[in-house]
Amino acid sequence: MLSVHNLTKNFGSRRVVDDVSFEVGRGRLTGFVGGNGAGKTTTMRMILGVLQPDSGTVTLDGEPVGESALHTFGYMPEERGLYPKMEIGEQLAYLARLHGIDKTTAIQRADDLLERLGLIERRRDKLEALSLGNQQRVQVAAALVHDPGVLIMDEPFSGLDPLAVDEVVAVIAEHAARGVPVLFSSHQLEVVERLCDDLVIIANGEVRAAGSREELREQYSGNRWSLETGSDVGWVRDIRGVTVEELAGTSVLFDGEAAVADAVLRAAVERGTVTSFRPVRPTLGEIFRDIVVDAPTTEHDEKVAAA
Amino acid sequence: MTTTTTTSTRLSTWGATLLVAEREILSQVRSKAFLISTAITLALVIGGIILSSVLGGRAEATSVAIVGPVPAAAADSELVEVTQAADRAEAEKLVRSGAVEAALIPDDSAVGFGIVALDEAPDGLVAALSVSPQVELLEPSSTPPGLRFIIGLAFGLVFMLAVLGSGATIMQNTVQEKQSRVVEILLAAVPARALLAGKILGNSVIGVGTAAAIAAAAALGLAVTGQTDLLDLLSAPLIWFVVFFIFGFVLVASVFAAGAALVSRQEDTGTVMTPAMMLVMIPYFGVVFFGDNPLIMTILSYVPFSAPVAMPVRLFFGEAQWWEPLIALALLVVATAAVMLVASKIYTNSLLRMGARVSLREALRAS
Repeated sequence: MLSVHNLTKNFGSRRVVDDVSFEVGRGRLTGFVGGNGAGKTTTMRMILGVLQPDSGTVTLDGEPVGESALHTFGYMPEERGLYPKMEIGEQLAYLARLHGIDKTTAIQRADDLLERLGLIERRRDKLEALSLGNQQRVQVAAALVHDPGVLIMDEPFSGLDPLAVDEVVAVIAEHAARGVPVLFSSHQLEVVERLCDDLVIIANGEVRAAGSREELREQYSGNRWSLETGSDVGWVRDIRGVTVEELAGTSVLFDGEAAVADAVLRAAVERGTVTSFRPVRPTLGEIFRDIVVDAPTTEHDEKVAAA
Repeated sequence: MTTTTTTSTRLSTWGATLLVAEREILSQVRSKAFLISTAITLALVIGGIILSSVLGGRAEATSVAIVGPVPAAAADSELVEVTQAADRAEAEKLVRSGAVEAALIPDDSAVGFGIVALDEAPDGLVAALSVSPQVELLEPSSTPPGLRFIIGLAFGLVFMLAVLGSGATIMQNTVQEKQSRVVEILLAAVPARALLAGKILGNSVIGVGTAAAIAAAAALGLAVTGQTDLLDLLSAPLIWFVVFFIFGFVLVASVFAAGAALVSRQEDTGTVMTPAMMLVMIPYFGVVFFGDNPLIMTILSYVPFSAPVAMPVRLFFGEAQWWEPLIALALLVVATAAVMLVASKIYTNSLLRMGARVSLREALRAS
């Protein structure tokens, strides 16, 4: 298990990461979610030892992460970048060798990965000759080419088309299944929701929530209900204890205690046919908004799908 | 690691340095621009030496019409091209038509002949036919005059060209790694000091190799044109020059790499390039302008940045004691180590800083 203990980092007088602690379990995909400037990238850089924390430690299975452990980490930085004028096969092999893999194995690994990502016939092409999407694939390969023992990916899906997202998801999931702790950040909350087992939500440099996806949804479920009937449901507004969130003709979304919900359901049945009545559990996007409401606004406006 | 079967062994800093150096060398040796410019430089060096020897070494032969028997002085000289003429009238005709530059006409003077020319006295011919008294110098100068200036210029020029070329490459590669952001992945794999050392090592191999190729080409040119005396004259100081050159090169390369780490875009390199260039230009101009001032030359031969040029020049003229280059070299090595240490600190602290130029103070202060 990869554990982050009380990481803190200041840039000048500004505290960018404030006492951040969380865990990334083996075999689990952990999503790292937060707005722009929340401290995700800085935290990831500190985990990788690229940036020195002001205080706090990172441990892997209880052992402090030193240079030798860092060597097995795979990293996909948010700021994408490889050598534009280097052949992609050679480039991947070079990166693997920097991680201490011998030359023959490195070339083999690079070719295997390119094969996997459908780029094998372009292995002698320079990176700059590839389309942006394919450059992204090579970037993913660069994080995986040395068969990492820990995988840290900063926004691995940005800039990928839906098919490529699925490909990358498959590769990441495969690593997690082998017991590699995987931490990835993303703005695409639907992808995170679909993919991750655990979540860490960060805002203003502080961890606001952490835990398994189900736990979080449970914890933030609140008392929301959805009702659909055969006729207009405007009357729900008048029931004591109900806060209507959304009203659209024959369907309504409202907040209320369980007893109030019971009263609403009874009233609805008296008035006619009820086609649907259920508690609404929040989407990740909604939880995220709840938690991060006082954080700087994000540029990505996630659509909140009313369930 | 308990789960993955990883065949990776931890790469030592030295191993990483070698890998980085290997990439630097390969990527440059494969680039067309590098190959073409090196080929052109080599061709220019060889061609220049051969051409200057052909043009400067041999005076043009004078074509001469001769009436009667050829005088011994003219027959022996390579500077005279003989055309036979029947009598004075035919010889004059040849001179007027321009077929020959002058004519030798026998007469009753002490020399035995006179010279007829069109509108200008043929100096070459006169010199060839003259008899000069033997000159004996009591205190001959060991080196031809003017050579001092030329040797200083040559050492300075070679050092400056090689260092500036490689310095610019190091700077460009470093900034490019920052600009293309690949540096973050590299830093996650190897320490910054290995990146820096590999870059310096790789470019030094290229730079010193190129300089060696140019030197070999120059030696070849001199040998082909038979000017081996100059080679003999240079040998011992040349070896010192090579030793100083290598350390001086590493010193300047470190300065350029550290400077490049301070900026994140190619457009901004100017601000850090200029001070680095000054460090390289100073020895060059110092030696060229103050070459005949013993005090300044002595000082310059100990200052690490100018020692690679000034010390070999002093050695060449036999002005330095045997232990002087050793001390200067020690100073140079210490300075190189110190600059590399500082460069490594700057490099580590500023490589990941994108955007505006990182100030030197900031880069040195950050932990």
